Amino acid sequence: MLLSRTADSLFWTARYIERAESTARLLEAATRLSNVRSGEGEPSNEWESAVLATGMEKLFEDRYGEANARTVVDFLAFSEANPSSIRSCLEAARANARSVRTAITIEMWETINAAWLELKRYRTYGQSRAELLEFLRFVKQVALSVDGIAHRTMLRTDGFSFFQLGGAIERADNTARILDVKYHVLLPKGDRVGGGLDYFQWTSILRSVSALTAYHWVYRESLKPWLVADLLILNEAMPRSLSSCYGNITRDLDKLSKTYGKQGKAQRMARAIHSDFRNRKVESIFQSGLHEFVEDFIARNNTLGATIAEQYLFE
Amino acid sequence: MTAFDEMSVDGQKLRSAYARVKSWLDGTDPKTLKRHSAEAEMLFRRIGITFAVYGEADAEERLIPFDLIPRILAHDEWERMREGLTQRVRTLNMFLADIYTARECIKAGIVPADLIDANPQYRPEMIGTRLPGDIWVNIAGIDVVRVDPETFYVLEDNARTPSGVSYMLENREVMMRIAPELFYEHAVEPVDNYADELLQALQSVAPEGVKKDPTCALLTPGPFNSAYYEHSFLADKLGIELVEGRDLFVRDATVYMRTTLGPQRVDVIYRRIDDDFIDPLAFKPESILGVPGLMTAYKAGNVTLANAVGTGISDDKAIYTYMPDLTRFYLGEDPILKNVPTWRCREPEALSYVLDHLPDLVVKEVAGSGGYGMLVGPKATKDEIEIFRAKLKANPDEFIAQPTLALSTCPTFVGEGVAPRHVDLRPFVLSGRNGVSIVPGGLTRVALKEGSLVVNSSQGGGTKDTWVLAP
Repeated sequence: MLLSRTADSLFWTARYIERAESTARLLEAATRLSNVRSGEGEPSNEWESAVLATGMEKLFEDRYGEANARTVVDFLAFSEANPSSIRSCLEAARANARSVRTAITIEMWETINAAWLELKRYRTYGQSRAELLEFLRFVKQVALSVDGIAHRTMLRTDGFSFFQLGGAIERADNTARILDVKYHVLLPKGDRVGGGLDYFQWTSILRSVSALTAYHWVYRESLKPWLVADLLILNEAMPRSLSSCYGNITRDLDKLSKTYGKQGKAQRMARAIHSDFRNRKVESIFQSGLHEFVEDFIARNNTLGATIAEQYLFE
Repeated sequence: MTAFDEMSVDGQKLRSAYARVKSWLDGTDPKTLKRHSAEAEMLFRRIGITFAVYGEADAEERLIPFDLIPRILAHDEWERMREGLTQRVRTLNMFLADIYTARECIKAGIVPADLIDANPQYRPEMIGTRLPGDIWVNIAGIDVVRVDPETFYVLEDNARTPSGVSYMLENREVMMRIAPELFYEHAVEPVDNYADELLQALQSVAPEGVKKDPTCALLTPGPFNSAYYEHSFLADKLGIELVEGRDLFVRDATVYMRTTLGPQRVDVIYRRIDDDFIDPLAFKPESILGVPGLMTAYKAGNVTLANAVGTGISDDKAIYTYMPDLTRFYLGEDPILKNVPTWRCREPEALSYVLDHLPDLVVKEVAGSGGYGMLVGPKATKDEIEIFRAKLKANPDEFIAQPTLALSTCPTFVGEGVAPRHVDLRPFVLSGRNGVSIVPGGLTRVALKEGSLVVNSSQGGGTKDTWVLAP
């Protein structure tokens, strides 16, 4: 049994940490891609798609206009006006953790608090590319530490389940958004085999969810766009795939229903989504439309988040 | 004015309790002390022990400076203080139970009726209320100062929501990490059992008829409160929920908390919110920190609040002056701990004396706290004194005056070396159905500025670990 507010804060602490890490990966991938000039066809702007992948494009356009290395790094990493910037996420994670100091372990608190203190060291403007990459590395390290500490130090009670749920729902959302922005580079283009730029685009998708090496281990063949989609959507072994996230979500919700002795809408909804993935083949997703599939998923994932909040009285 | 130094008398004769610390200080060069100091600060910052200073927007979270030289009390010094504190807090509880029911102390002419009835801290809502065990002040913080080897004065009783106990506990933790060798050489009484004692005291005052394992919760105003760190720290140590007003609701005069499993009944609330804010239906209607209907549940006897509503009357600076008489009245004992000699400015003779001696006196607002709203005569400018003179003449009832005390000093690490600085002490006194309990020690606050007598953290004071030596 937990205070509803505590469950809510644990859920969101995990979400914000996850979001900070995901944004750091997006920026890394964009930095890498921007080294390559777009060759043929429409000019691709990696910075723009990084903003699109966070779903914050409207706020960005209002404040900056043009998407380039400087504006997007500022917006996604440091801006206080962007509630999903890395800075805002780490601040929000800390505020949430602080309001439930008693529900997290001292190690967890010290790590999140130290990250927040460390954040002040990083400058918004005028940093070199090396400094930026150093910052992004720091953010990823924080997320890894928080995850490891959760596993090593937190009691396996309902609080842990809510923490895990927040992380998994956010992770699924982030993977889906990257697919949503990039789905077009994965679509078949008649007979033409992808050129160098396509190849680079596909690897950048994989990199943004740190799955490039995983791809080769799983499929043992050269990059194929439909296999990239398969890996990110359906492969249970891939920790950032939608299906794997839903495996975890179902497990944690089931654990909660066992602890509390009752099932609810959230449990049924999560199981339905998960079994959808298990019965799907990637070919059928492409047939019915990758874009529609991903958009539909993002909406269902959001609804599940809201249903959990409702069922456990967060609001 | 020379102050009594707790380490050595007249800078010469070493007092025995400090013998080993003195040789530790002599054998440790300032660079090492400085390094220890920095280590301690880093520990505090990482743990997140911060406090907020009201009115400083950019300093949302600051550290209270920690001084690494412990303040030491010999066993017999502490024993006498413990007896005095027990007596003092028993008096506070008997006084509160009395003024809200029989009013014997007024009938006997010990305290003037208007000091009670006209006091904004007197809560008519509580008239006629009997509380479990007749305990009103479950947790008291009694501020004690020392002026010579024999004399401890009570400077102030804190009977509302006294804070600082987390520093007592964390200072000890940090001290044990940075100077373990000192603990080998001393038998220091532990303070770790404070949380257990507090939990027992809270559970012991659960409403009549509650199952044998009552549910306690700590009610905090939330993360923006200056003492939030302490609230979360204590809830964690006690193993009870840290709740905000919005986590609680009242139904059928019973208090519940909102949980993932639905409503759960709460029996005892250790509240760290002032009376004025706990229930918008009973007190300040604009309060969003409190719980609507809480007073109804409280008055129905379905929940215990610790401390009780209405205890503010007992730590009022005007009532303070009557404490020695009240101890004699209720307990038939002479007070073990003295009051600081105090002029009640409401009495005309006292007022004229005070007006004539302003540059030598400390004048305090009866309702003030935290070192705000006071005049320290010897440190004040002519203008400040004149401003206070006008205030005093206009509203003499609102002030008391005391001599400027030569607070004792303790060796303190400052800049490049060790120097004496003035200190006070806040021990924490717990009352439950099983009596009074006090862990040996308390929070020592130290005025870090040379010559300063103001130890409040909001005014640049620091803290020290406080050791009571075992017999």
